[in-house]
Amino acid sequence: MRKTLSVLLTAAMATSMLAACGSSNTQATTAAPAETKAAETQAATTAAPAETTVAEVTEAAKEAAASGDTITVGFAQVGHESDWRTASTNSVQAALSKENGIDLQFVDCDNDSAAQLEAVRNFIQQGVDYIVIDPIVSTGWDTVLTEADDAGIPVIVIDRTIDDSDKYVSWVGSEFTNEGLAAGAWLKAYVADKGISEVNALVISGTTGSSAQIGRSNGFDKYVESEKWNKIDEQTGDFTQEGGQKVMESYLKSYEGKFNVVVCQNDNEAFGAIDAMKAAGVSYGVDGDVIVISFDACTAGLQKVLAGEINADFQCNPLQGPDCLNIIKKLEAGETVDQKTFMAEPWYVAEDKLKDITYTNNSGKEVTEPLVVVDQAVVDAAY
Amino acid sequence: MSGKIKALTKNQLFLPFAMMVLVLLINLIKSPDFFAINIQNGVLYGRLIDILNRGSEIAILAVGQTLVVAVSAGTDISVGSVMSLTACGTCMLLAGYGVNSTTTLAVPLVVGLLFGLILAMCCGAFNGFLVSKLNIQPMVATLILFTAARAIGLLLCNNQITYIRYEPYKYFGNFIPGCPVPTAIFITIVVVAVVMLFLKKTAMGLYIQSVGINKKAARISGLNSSNICFMCYLICGLCAGIAGIVASSRIYSADSNNIGRNYELDSILAVALGGNSLGGGRFNMAGSIIGAYTIQAITVTLLAMGVSTDQAPVVKAIIVVLIVTAQAPAFKAFLAERKAKKLVQVNETQNKEAA
Repeated sequence: MRKTLSVLLTAAMATSMLAACGSSNTQATTAAPAETKAAETQAATTAAPAETTVAEVTEAAKEAAASGDTITVGFAQVGHESDWRTASTNSVQAALSKENGIDLQFVDCDNDSAAQLEAVRNFIQQGVDYIVIDPIVSTGWDTVLTEADDAGIPVIVIDRTIDDSDKYVSWVGSEFTNEGLAAGAWLKAYVADKGISEVNALVISGTTGSSAQIGRSNGFDKYVESEKWNKIDEQTGDFTQEGGQKVMESYLKSYEGKFNVVVCQNDNEAFGAIDAMKAAGVSYGVDGDVIVISFDACTAGLQKVLAGEINADFQCNPLQGPDCLNIIKKLEAGETVDQKTFMAEPWYVAEDKLKDITYTNNSGKEVTEPLVVVDQAVVDAAY
Repeated sequence: MSGKIKALTKNQLFLPFAMMVLVLLINLIKSPDFFAINIQNGVLYGRLIDILNRGSEIAILAVGQTLVVAVSAGTDISVGSVMSLTACGTCMLLAGYGVNSTTTLAVPLVVGLLFGLILAMCCGAFNGFLVSKLNIQPMVATLILFTAARAIGLLLCNNQITYIRYEPYKYFGNFIPGCPVPTAIFITIVVVAVVMLFLKKTAMGLYIQSVGINKKAARISGLNSSNICFMCYLICGLCAGIAGIVASSRIYSADSNNIGRNYELDSILAVALGGNSLGGGRFNMAGSIIGAYTIQAITVTLLAMGVSTDQAPVVKAIIVVLIVTAQAPAFKAFLAERKAKKLVQVNETQNKEAA
């Protein structure tokens, strides 16, 4: 009963905070966005329907009350601002399920970092067995993670990172630099296969300074340097379709006929760039003069790959669930876990000429990874 | 002849226009073909066309913003959010609630567009009511919708980006097949022409100025000040709605987080760059529109010059500071004083020589 009451109180607090929020969103985005939908994140949370949060928490509380000797896990999620985030939530909920012997308490923090700290404190008070956090901001965690450490509760961090504390057992997420490196490795293999001798690339980058932008730019730039490619220009499209369209319109006028590769750092930018090229009558994609590379691989992006309009799309994997389950199982068995777990990220391509790519990843390891040719089944299965 | 030049430079529009031309001329250094316009793929193609096309939203917003500034000596900071709400409302109705991508419309296109515009006018009416009837500070009153309108849009679209993959919906922000001129340019011309005619053919322009200069005096002399103020906000809302539909049509979707983001600031800047006082009263619509295209010209220039993304905002800020300073009364007074001093000196030396 006390458990239920305390969870309900948290819910009430979160609700009251919702009413006042709206202006604090941007701060969270600039601080932390370990995902490509950064631009979308920005104002997304304002409209959060308060009822959902309450309902979800109440449900979680009921589950808590019903828990017996199963493993209880508290999960403090960022919010529900994008399809990517929803996919992440669904993945964790599916993996940490009753069938797998886990009782999951889910709290949607709605991009409110104060509410998230409170949710984590609440988990500690309830004495859950594990805590999973997707931190809204990367700082301000030391106190609460020390509390968790003192209580002997292992903390698993997913997606975004925590900078000011190391009192968590493991982090599960994407390595953006590897996404950039993979894109470079694919392009190298692709132009070799096609017999294209010269690469003149235009980059439409994401929101300047976001971790996705930095990682993807750095990764790709390594190949630009080593392969002596000509990167003509790099401008930001802010991860939006309009941004991609605007930048591409300008590129077309400045560098018409001088480029043969366009790298867009997320799918939305790629859609915009494609529209701009279509309007100017420039041919692109599988049968065109310009190779289009994109990141994210959301459903709409994969449809464009299927249509041959995007040559290759490098996914930022939102499905952290299975890796979390894996870590919990290992800890239960008394094994040690890696400090960092990088998720497997599929690389999608439109043509079946290349089977795999080999590159040296950010940790210095040489890896060979398969390329997935997109068909209707792949699109249907996408998040 | 020199009298004519003087009359020209004394014109309120001279400085804003000269500034815009200056910004455009900078481009000649890097790309000599900046002003080239040709027909490619059946449509007009060139940087100038880009500026006219992409500047449409800001120009349309600036029309409404100018009226609001003139009548209430305050700014409507909700226009960007209202753009987003209009886009969301329109797309939601066209696609049906909860659908995030559609190729067929749930209701006729006109119904969706009207619904969006009515939403925008409701927002305008709400702002107008708060400002004119309840006498709330314009910035505070419009702050409500600045925060809320985007959020309501997000709710309408069920937290998703709603795509309308229906060809005619793309016409407003792109091209009508067979017409080489971007549709947005026509829409801007119509909006500007209608509002200009309305101001010139009726005494409304004068009324708005009088209310802006002194609300009480205007009322005493027989004008219904609060109704005139209300109407300006209503028009501003409608302009935001039209701009929202253009922006949404460009990307054939309602991206509630990004449509119209920071456009409220650009629209206010457009009014200021046009040589209008943000203190209300006298206003010059043409100036604001020139201001709007100047902003777009700066954006396009930065892209064309290949200024790196992290430096672009700084460069933009410097250009804006220079333009605003050149037009500031204090700066003009300073120049006039220096000129006068020089004249005095010249006169003195001449007198001495004569002696």
